[in-house]
Parts: sequence; structure tokens; C-alpha cells
Amino acid sequence: MTGITGTGPLVRLALRRDRIILPIWIVLLGVIPGSTAKAYEQLYPTMADRITLNAGSATNASAAVLYGPAYDLTTTGGWIAWRYGSFLALFVALMAIFTVTRHTRAEEDSGRLELLGSAVVGRYAALTSGLLVAGGASVAVGLLSTLVMLGNGLPVAGSVTFGLGAAATGLVFTAISGVTAQLTEYSRSANGFATAALGVAFLLRALGDSTPSAHWVSWLSPLAWPQQAKPFVADKWWVFPMAVVIAAAIATIAFRLVPRRDLGAGLFPAKPGPAAAPGSLASPLGLAWRLHRGSLLGWTAGMVVLGVVFGSLADGIGGLVGDSQQVRDILARMGGTQGLVDAYLSAIIGLFGMLAGVYAVQATLRMRSEETGGRAEPVLATGVSRTGWVASHLVFTVLGPAVLLAVAGLAAGLGNAMHAGDLGHQLGHMLDAAVVELPAVWVLTGVAALLFGLLPQVSVPASWAVMGVFLVIALYGPVLGLAQAILDISPFVHVPKLQAGTPFTATPLFWLTGVAALGVAAGLAGFRRRDLG
Amino acid sequence: MTTAISVSGLVKTFGRTRALDGLDLTVRTGEVHGFLGPNGAGKSTTIRVLLGLMRADSGSATLLGGDPWRDATALHRRLAYVPGDVSLWPTLSGGEVIDLLGRLRGGLDQRRRADLLERFDLDPRKKGRTYSKGNRQKVALVAALASDVELLIMDEPTSGLDPLMESVFQECVREERERGRTVLLSSHILAEVETLCDRVSIIRTGRTVETGTLAELRHLTRTSIAAELAGPPNGITDLSGVHDLKVEGNRVRFDVDTRELDSALRALSQSGVRSLTSQPPTLEELFLRHYQEEAAS
Repeated sequence: MTGITGTGPLVRLALRRDRIILPIWIVLLGVIPGSTAKAYEQLYPTMADRITLNAGSATNASAAVLYGPAYDLTTTGGWIAWRYGSFLALFVALMAIFTVTRHTRAEEDSGRLELLGSAVVGRYAALTSGLLVAGGASVAVGLLSTLVMLGNGLPVAGSVTFGLGAAATGLVFTAISGVTAQLTEYSRSANGFATAALGVAFLLRALGDSTPSAHWVSWLSPLAWPQQAKPFVADKWWVFPMAVVIAAAIATIAFRLVPRRDLGAGLFPAKPGPAAAPGSLASPLGLAWRLHRGSLLGWTAGMVVLGVVFGSLADGIGGLVGDSQQVRDILARMGGTQGLVDAYLSAIIGLFGMLAGVYAVQATLRMRSEETGGRAEPVLATGVSRTGWVASHLVFTVLGPAVLLAVAGLAAGLGNAMHAGDLGHQLGHMLDAAVVELPAVWVLTGVAALLFGLLPQVSVPASWAVMGVFLVIALYGPVLGLAQAILDISPFVHVPKLQAGTPFTATPLFWLTGVAALGVAAGLAGFRRRDLG
Repeated sequence: MTTAISVSGLVKTFGRTRALDGLDLTVRTGEVHGFLGPNGAGKSTTIRVLLGLMRADSGSATLLGGDPWRDATALHRRLAYVPGDVSLWPTLSGGEVIDLLGRLRGGLDQRRRADLLERFDLDPRKKGRTYSKGNRQKVALVAALASDVELLIMDEPTSGLDPLMESVFQECVREERERGRTVLLSSHILAEVETLCDRVSIIRTGRTVETGTLAELRHLTRTSIAAELAGPPNGITDLSGVHDLKVEGNRVRFDVDTRELDSALRALSQSGVRSLTSQPPTLEELFLRHYQEEAAS
């Protein structure tokens, strides 16, 4: 087959380019789940503790939405599979998406593939090598997580099933992003389509896991497979071969799309634009609006869907409670049915905050990609000052998250009111709760702006790394019993919860806003002093 | 006579690399100044310093009477810049980019814009990446040439243009000079600089090696002579300033320093000249000589 000639050298090139980022992904994702076995044993030392935990989590639909179904929390393996299964799947999928796009569409987008394409490289070689590298990395995460679990003394069958589950999700999203890389000319949209598919998968999983009458819906989501394989409970290892078959089918579509388009072109041809600029495109702000518009609209639409879906689930939370006396006791301690709903909504709002944080980092780093892409230079060689240029982007990185959180809060309020009624109250309550997340999100804007101004070379990976650390601390810190000093690192930990009976304090909001403002100011000062490029 | 650009002793290092190593450059107001050097000589770095996009480690630079770093924004309204490698926004059409850059500089001459689009044969409706390298360059050129500015700074503006478009470009630059605008044109294409520029600065490894008018630079160069003589050549070999002499019977071929041209011709005519061809020095040769010296050292 001559179409894949040159795949070997391309794989080696990809591995060389990714020699830092891929090992970080693989080690982080592979090591974290298994290495928390000790924490479980310390947190829940006796069987009585574990039975209480098991009963409590079974009633908690907010936990089911975020973490997935809890099949058996009385064993270490069962607890790890519940707590890490779906998030591990989520991050493996992201790794796969970014890796495939980086070695396929991004290479075409930048014109580098043209250079290689003129050498002895087959038509399918770039796609094949991208899929091999991303698929290989997914399998490596699965393998490493299995080894770490075995190293921590967990049962063999469950550890293998857990690893296979994570690899299964990675393989399917590898194939999906192989398809999205064919659709348009831009790597940004290739990543966008693939992450939209990931968002749909997350919604399907959350819906299925939190709706007792429709658990089957979860099976539609590759993100649910690591948990649906029930590692340490039923060990349905066949989830992996199933995923391989599905991934192969999706990858076949990608391969069949390749000959239908030219190198550098997308399946959807680019439409011609206007011959002259509209009046609004006359300032750095007008330009920034054009650059951020598509992404902001896409995120807003996603937040509306998430808000309505999760909001409409809230009212059913109380109904999930079983008849056991023990469960009723736990429920009473949590503040009754209303307390349960509040806890659920608060977890959802926390999730919105984290998502808005991802947007904030992405939008702030847009300045860096404008700079490295050579598109900042012609603008800054006109009458636009550096401060004006940064400020025009900051409008979107500061106000964009505010729009997203407000929209998500309103949508969640609307979704909740559809079942629970009392629209006015629900809208106001959820809007308040969502907007309170804003200062924590701004801290991420501040961090990314600071890194962009002072350490531009590493600003992209470093900003995402900081984001990752904040997320991991906020999601897993409390359950792992981390010291308060460590928990305090993450801005999301400081967001006050708007719950009945809890006094509201605005002090942390001022602190967070202050930290964010300092970061932005320092980043701007650094950018004004440094060389461009 | 005023000076548009005045640079002296400019030094800029990137890590261990010394990109600019004491560079001097003077561009007079109203002239087209060629900024010549091989790839990696420091042309783009100098331009970035002049645009305030980079700060030099030492040395001084004055642009239109101001400090390129401190007064960047005010100065930028009076100049237009064409980068060597033009990147466009994927979602913006060429026409939008032209208008945007023009407006950010403080205004665009709509008639000139339409005229330039036609002369450069550029479709303004296409979007960013669908343009070829040459067409991306045309977008930046139209935006710069249609702007109402005093100074044009162009970094290898023709490297992607075909010969037809190159002649359109040369026409445009001549028009700019007639309007009294100053042009700094960086290039490694010698013919282009030769036809367009009033004065030239040649740089190599971050240093200015020659600067002056073409006539002044030719003074330093050699003319190639090939002649068929009536009798055996006498006296040529003894002359100073004659290089690479080849004698085959009555035919001679040699290069001569331009200041010794007169005495060389006298020596030839003593033997009787049947035919004579002489080639004036091209910048190409000038350039090659500097380049070879660099390789030899």
C-alpha cells in the first residue's frame, strides 16, 4: 500500500515533537488513579465506614452527574473506578483529540505538511501516523494505570479492566478527531468539533448515570465505558474490543474522506468573504471581536445546553432516595431533600466555573497564538499601542467568562423551574450562584496573562498546567483529605457556596479579584517591555 | 536634507547569537534606500527594532525624528510596514485585512486601494489561508501603498511575486518616490535594488559593510573586459588593478578595478583593438565578493 508510505518517519517525527508533552499526559493520567489507593484506605479504614460511604453515594445524583455511577464503594478498586473512571476518560479523550489534530490538521494548516508531502510521503501517511501516536498514547495511559494499580496491590482482573476502559475511550476519540481533522481547513475548528463531540458524550453520560429509568443512555457515551465495564465489580473487559471495532469503523470514515479533498483544504470549502471591511472592523477591539466571536458563541451555546440539561435534573434528585433507613438518616444530616438538591446544584455550578476557567485560559492564550503566528506584528506596527492591543483581547477574557457563567446560571435556573416551578426565584438564585464563580475564573485569566507577559515561551503549557492543578485540587483535594494549605492554592476552593443556612461572605471574592487584577497588570507590564515574537 | 532613519552601532543578541553587531544605517528623507544582505544577515531584526517591536541591547536608532521604542505608536501612524512573511487571519478576507490595517494606520485612500487591487490583480474576497504566499504579500502591499504615510518599510516584499507583479511593484515604488515618500526596501534580490534604489546599504552578519549610491559603490568594483587584439597583448600583465587575466593568443579576458579602467584601455589600444566587450559591475558581483570573503574568513 503506497498511500501510507512514510508513516514510520512521520510517527518518529511526531514522537520527537511530543517528547515532553505526551510523557507528561501519560504519566499524570496513568499514575493518579492507582496511587490514591492509600488515601481510600486511610479515609475509610473500617468496613463500617465503607458501607456508610457506599450508601451515601448511592443517593447522591450530583455525584453521579459529575463522577458517574458508584457500583461498589466498599473496595479500594471500586472506589477508584467511581471517583476517577469518568474524569480519566475525559482527559484521555482530550489528550487524543489534541494529539491527532496537532499531527494532522495543524500540520496542514501551518503549511508544514506541504513540505513533507512533496517528499516520499503517501496521502494517508499523516492521518495514519496521527492516529497511531494518539492511539498508542491512549493505550499507554491504560497500561500504566493498570501497572500502578497492580503495584498498589489491587486485584489483577479489575486493574486490567480499568486500564482497558481508559484506553477504549482514548481510541474512540482518536478516531473521532481523525474525522473532524478532515472537515475544515483550520486546526482550531478540528479541535472545536472534536471537543463538541466530547461535550455531547459528557452530557449523555451524565444524563444516563443520573436518570434511573434511562441508565442505558450512558452506553451511548464512550466516556461512560470505563465505568460501565464495572472494574473490580463485574470486570466486563469486552468493552475494549468493542471500542476497537467502533474506533476502526470511525477511522475508516476518516480515511475515506482524505481522497475527497485537496491537501490543505477542508471537506467544507471556505466561503468567500466581503471585498471590504464593515465599519466595525476599524479598531483593535473590532479585530478582537472577530477573532473571539466564533469561539465565544460556541461556548455560549454549549453552556446553555449544559445549564438546561443539568438544571432540569435537579428536581428529580430527591426522588432517587431509596427506602433504607440508613440512607434516610444520611439524607437528614445533609439537610433533607432540599439540602440534596442544593448540594447537587452547587456541584453543577462549580462545574460551570471550571469550564468558564478553561474558556478564560483559551481566550487569554489567543494573544500568544496571534503573536507566534505573526499576526500581532502587523497590527502593532500600526497606530495600535501594546496596551490597547492587550486590552482589546482582555475585554473577551474578562467579560467572556461573565457571559458564559450568566448564561449557564440562567439556563440552569430555567431548566430547574421547568419541573420545580417558581421561575423568577430559580433564575435569580442560579444566576447569583453562577456569577459568584467569576472571581475564581478571573484568577485564571490573570495567571495566563501574567505568563504571556513575563514567560511567553512557556506560557501555553504552563497556563494549562496551572489550570490542571487548580482543577485536580478542587475536584479531588477534599476527598483525598489534602491539607488546607494545599487546597487554598486553587481559586475554586475559595468560592462561597450560596446555600440556605450558610452565611454569605464576600471577602474571598475581593481577594480573588485582586489576585486576578495583579496578574493582568504584571502581565501587561511585562508585555510592554519585552520583544515581540 | 533631512534624515528619515538614522541608526548607529546597533547591537542585538538572542542568547548566544549576535544578530546585530554594531549596525549603521542612514536613510535620507525622500529616497528609496536598498537594504541588502544575505538571509540571516540581520535585515528583519533591524526593521523590528526600527518598528519598536524589539528593543536593541545597545546603539541608537532614530526614526522620523523620534525614538522607535518610546514613541512607537505616534511614529507608526506615519509609516506603513510590509512584513517579509505575511500571515493573515484565517477568518478575515483580504479586503477586510487591507481596510483594517489602513484604518489602524489612520486612513486609506479608497481610489488608490481600488487602483492597486486592479494592478496587482488581487481578489479581495478570498479568506486568509486560501491565498498563496504571493497573494498574501499583495494584501500587505496594497494595505501599505494605499495608506497615507511618509515612510514605507518593506521587508523582502517581492519574494513571492511573479515577474509580472514584480514590475507592477517597481512601478508603484517609483510613484511613491515621486510623491516624496521615503522607502526602506530590504532585499536579497540585487536586480530589484539596482533598478529601484537611490542609495544602498549592504549588511553582513549584523554589520554594515558598504553604504552609498550605486555610483559610489561601483567605484569599488571591477569591470569585466573581453577583447580581441591585433597583436599579442603587451603591458596588461604589469598593470596594477587587473585580476584573473586569461590570455589565449590575441584574445584577453580580465577584470579590472574601476579606477584602473582608463590605463587598462590604453594598454589594450597599444596592441590594436579588433573587438571589445565590457560588462559594468553588477551588485551581484559586489555581493558575491563580500559573501566570499565571509566564507573565506
